[in-house]
Amino acid sequence: MTAPPAHRTRTPVSLAVPGLLAVTLLVLPLAALLLRTPWADLPALLAREPVRAALWLSLRTSLAALALSIVLGVPLAWLLARTRLPGRAFVRALVTVPLVLPPVVGGVALLLAFGRRGLFGPLLEATGTTPAFTIYGVILAQTFVALPFLVLTVEGAVAGLDPRHEQTAATLGAGPVRVFLTVTLPMVGPSVVAGAGLAWARALGEFGATITFAGSLQGTTQTLPLAVYQLLIDDPPAAYALSAVLLAVSLALVLSLRARLPRVSR
Amino acid sequence: MKADLAVTAGSFTVRAAISGAPGQVVALVGPNGAGKSTLLRGLAGLAPARGSLELDGVELSGLPPEDRGIGWVPQAGLLFPHLSALDNTAYGLRAHGVRRGDARRQAQDWLERLGVGHLADRLPAQLSGGQAQRVALARALVGDPALVLLDEPLGALDASTRDDVRRTLRTVLTASRATSIVVTHDPVDAVALADRMVVLEDGAVLQDGSVAEVTASPRSPWVAELLGQNAWRGTAGGDGLQVAGGGSLSAAEVLPAGVAALALAWPGSVALHRDRPVGSPRNVLIGEVLEATALGSRVRVRVASTPPVTAEVTAASAAELRLADGGPVWATLKATEVRLVAL
Repeated sequence: MTAPPAHRTRTPVSLAVPGLLAVTLLVLPLAALLLRTPWADLPALLAREPVRAALWLSLRTSLAALALSIVLGVPLAWLLARTRLPGRAFVRALVTVPLVLPPVVGGVALLLAFGRRGLFGPLLEATGTTPAFTIYGVILAQTFVALPFLVLTVEGAVAGLDPRHEQTAATLGAGPVRVFLTVTLPMVGPSVVAGAGLAWARALGEFGATITFAGSLQGTTQTLPLAVYQLLIDDPPAAYALSAVLLAVSLALVLSLRARLPRVSR
Repeated sequence: MKADLAVTAGSFTVRAAISGAPGQVVALVGPNGAGKSTLLRGLAGLAPARGSLELDGVELSGLPPEDRGIGWVPQAGLLFPHLSALDNTAYGLRAHGVRRGDARRQAQDWLERLGVGHLADRLPAQLSGGQAQRVALARALVGDPALVLLDEPLGALDASTRDDVRRTLRTVLTASRATSIVVTHDPVDAVALADRMVVLEDGAVLQDGSVAEVTASPRSPWVAELLGQNAWRGTAGGDGLQVAGGGSLSAAEVLPAGVAALALAWPGSVALHRDRPVGSPRNVLIGEVLEATALGSRVRVRVASTPPVTAEVTAASAAELRLADGGPVWATLKATEVRLVAL
């Protein structure tokens, strides 16, 4: 959307100065990171064992969390946007909680629910496994923080869809599931992609909930952000290299999703 | 097709009994907010409704929309934007389990019949309004429904496209075995397309009859004005009508006093004068000229008299009356030209 042609106003200094300071605050750290990254040694640093393991683990867990978010989140988004189920407003508010909750609190909450001593601990132990401090714990923690991004993005898109498209499909003989798969989903496809991008980025960057709920065991639960944190003490250049990789991934995501993200995120 | 439904939309309820034979086209007319679209949605199963809906001897009112087999063409067609014209048309057949190849063949046939066969591969965004409306029609008709509901099928089209699509619509709907219900705002569409006319006002049927009956004796001011007539609502009394908004009119044939009635008069039967007229006209009104609109060689003049009246005079007499100068004019109307209709 293009803004209406505004008449030019003089830029007041009292707004320009804080504005420029804000840009500096946002850009300076990123610039510093790029300047200090040992670009020449990057391949070698990334091939080192703790780094390689973390890269591989993060890739697998974040994609698993993304898949879970899509499989669970898209139906939830549809329910929130299209039904009049009681408690809908409450559930919608609940979905936004992980967005504002400190991730470490999320980790504590997960521990109290699914940990060995948690609410469902005994039940899970009976099945022979608890997710805490395993790769499943990592996936659970990542899904917990990523899911809201997907649900909210897709819900907005479904709510903005003219319901008469779906109603027309129904009059043509399509049942609710067919309508969802052949009309709703294709029409909100771009938003599902955008929501998936945001959710994946969030899962990839997850730190607080993961370290609380799954720990930081090399090769098992130590994801990229956790590895960065540890390498900052053990091997700073490797930490810089990994950080640069994560920054590059974020930038690539933002650029490729720019047209599809909701206005706030553009 | 026989329906007797109470359809709710929010706090608004439409109650209507409506019926139609196979092949019949019923025009559903009425002012904005009368409940026309709501009634269609109730018939299609898209809005909560109580009552009965019988189609080919089968009671459908309890069924969800996908099990009714009723064609619905929403306003502006609303094709699925991600599917080609052909896949839009084949959608219903595919939903009913028809194999892809067969469905596409039948869809192509229907597109040809509606004159858009060559556009089968286009996406809706690449179609003009008239073309999209034809595809939407093909999509609704391809499954051979027993009832087709069309919500202002000509509403969004420009004048010349409108004539084209109207002609196609007429051909296709009258050839079909389906009962068609067409919501329209335009009396021309109603007269051109329909055998029957149902007038809806404030959520209730005000009149239901042949197009000739309804246009000859409209019981709703809205329809009368739509057809170009003066219409006044009021109560029969004296030698004519006590108009609801003030004033009275004389008519040659009167109704029993106290009956709610509509007085109708063609604008062409209203004469205008600058000076107080002499002679026999029973209805003499005076008021400022509100508006004068040229219609070919005639001029339609709205006079703010009590009650207000619209006259139609020749361009020559409009010039002679110096209507553009403003000021009061006298309007006269013979009692024999005023027709009373009991409501």
